[in-house]
Amino acid sequence: MTKQSAINTKLITALGLAVFLVACKSTPITPAKVEDKSPSSASTATNSGGDTGADANAVKEVMVDGNANGSADGNPLRDPNNILSKRNIYFDYDSDAVKAEYRPIVEAQAKYLLAHPDAKMTLQGNTDERGTREYNLSLGQRRSVAVKKSLNLLGVQDTQIETVSYGEEKATQNCAGEACDKDRRVDIVHQGE
Amino acid sequence: MKLFKLMAFLASFLVANISYAALDIEITGGSAQQIPIAVVPFANAAATKDNISEIISADLKRSGLFRVLETRGMANLPTSPAQIKYAEWVALQAQALTVGSVEPIAGGRFKVSFQLMDALKQTQLAGMDYQIAPNQVRTTAHKIADIIYQKLTGEPGAFASRIAYITKIGKRYALQVADADGFNPQTVVSSNEPIISPAWSPDGSKLAYVSFEKKKPIIFVQSLTSGKREVLANFKGNNSAPSWSPDGNKLAIVLTYGANSQVHTINANGSGLKLITKSNAIDTEPVFSPDGSHIYFSSDRGGKPQIYKVAVDGGTPSRVTFEGAYNVSPKFSPDGKSLAYIRNDGGKFKVALQDLATGQVQLLSEGSQDESPSFAPNGRVILYATKARGRGALAAVSSDGKVRQRLNDAAGDVREPAWGPLLN
Repeated sequence: MTKQSAINTKLITALGLAVFLVACKSTPITPAKVEDKSPSSASTATNSGGDTGADANAVKEVMVDGNANGSADGNPLRDPNNILSKRNIYFDYDSDAVKAEYRPIVEAQAKYLLAHPDAKMTLQGNTDERGTREYNLSLGQRRSVAVKKSLNLLGVQDTQIETVSYGEEKATQNCAGEACDKDRRVDIVHQGE
Repeated sequence: MKLFKLMAFLASFLVANISYAALDIEITGGSAQQIPIAVVPFANAAATKDNISEIISADLKRSGLFRVLETRGMANLPTSPAQIKYAEWVALQAQALTVGSVEPIAGGRFKVSFQLMDALKQTQLAGMDYQIAPNQVRTTAHKIADIIYQKLTGEPGAFASRIAYITKIGKRYALQVADADGFNPQTVVSSNEPIISPAWSPDGSKLAYVSFEKKKPIIFVQSLTSGKREVLANFKGNNSAPSWSPDGNKLAIVLTYGANSQVHTINANGSGLKLITKSNAIDTEPVFSPDGSHIYFSSDRGGKPQIYKVAVDGGTPSRVTFEGAYNVSPKFSPDGKSLAYIRNDGGKFKVALQDLATGQVQLLSEGSQDESPSFAPNGRVILYATKARGRGALAAVSSDGKVRQRLNDAAGDVREPAWGPLLN
């Protein structure tokens, strides 16, 4: 028997037994389902409607993310020609220093927040996948705080900014070279986006 | 329902290969002196869907401390001590053997009897009767395996326990709980946003974890039996790294507000928030010492991340790790005598084990991206997250470094393992 077919046999056995085990579990666990309002859940619904193309049960995909349609609607935050639509600030390895090349982005965001006192933003720090998840969460936080401090220096109050971190959770899997560079960043997200 | 399958991939250097059902764990290495034991098939074992003697055998094999002898081909297969012809088992080099039976009783239940016998002295080492429901067969088998383990090794077993871990299959994250042998996987919570850092309450009834479902890290506590979930901490900034106090009354957590990560404690009901560390550095990954007196945490207050300890009510922290330039994710052995953590060893992240009395450190894994060490409740095995073929997988190593297991999920990534307490 080849190795592959041995594995397949095991998997088939596994499937059969696992179904049974779930049916007669000794210590029942009630799963909690997180309500999902992201665009990908809408597309999942579309897919489950069938892929025949003319299925009467087909679901029209709804993008609840207001940013996804690409229409600026006169909003400077979403106008691709406006610097306010540039939302990524990249960092060097093991660094939380906001590089000079991103100063125009930070200045534009500061100007916007000062002109719109009701506007609120979240700064989401990110790291590459090297290191442990919780420690990277703290490293990503340091980057979001660094961007916040740059905004503070331009007069923006903390009440308009929340600094959070995703750590390595959005990082490229098995990144190498420049792919890792893109993971070390802060994403600027305005309230409602 | 998503089925979680753990599938082994290491094909060489096998000592044992337990290859049935949801889990296919393969073990490398093994204790130099494995205890030879015969687990004679129980009388009427086919009465239950789960074969009790096979589950016991699989547990003992997986520990790496036993050589489970082949009983097929034996002329006499005793099912009670009176039937044992000891000379036959001594000839097979058995040091011990177990016999037992399964008997249907009223109400659809079963009576399970077992005896552990010393093959040389011809004496009974342990014996037990259980009256159980059909869905308690697996747990009962694990409890019997724990008794055998304790009688023959002198240490408590940890087969009757559960593990929690996170799977990522496609874009879906799920926090799952399974028996320690990988069977009976059940989803606790699932989301399209990341879930990290599951932590068992000391009584095994609840899990604390961090969910990004609100686009930021928030700590939840969820009851496994009722599914009731409550927000433990949702303060401005990050809420992460939950860890229970030994009495289960409070948790150590990490909050940031508008600045750097700092360790706090909070009562399990969400009241009584208290700042424990006060630094301008990163202070994170807190864990209570088993005696409840100190909180150990990782911090880069000295430049590079190292592990520190602070009294449970706060105060001046002192440094615990001195070798290496990156030591994070501390976890206590249940007896409080040693600390497992992750070291960056020349670019490879490995599981390290430090004897707290002598300061001696042993690297237990090869890396290169090992994370999240977690002790079995008997302290004998450390479960951790690793990468295999570019995907997240789980691995386990005995605390003496001699026995290794690697497990992966056929469908996606597995990560963030946490070993729960012994089942009652």
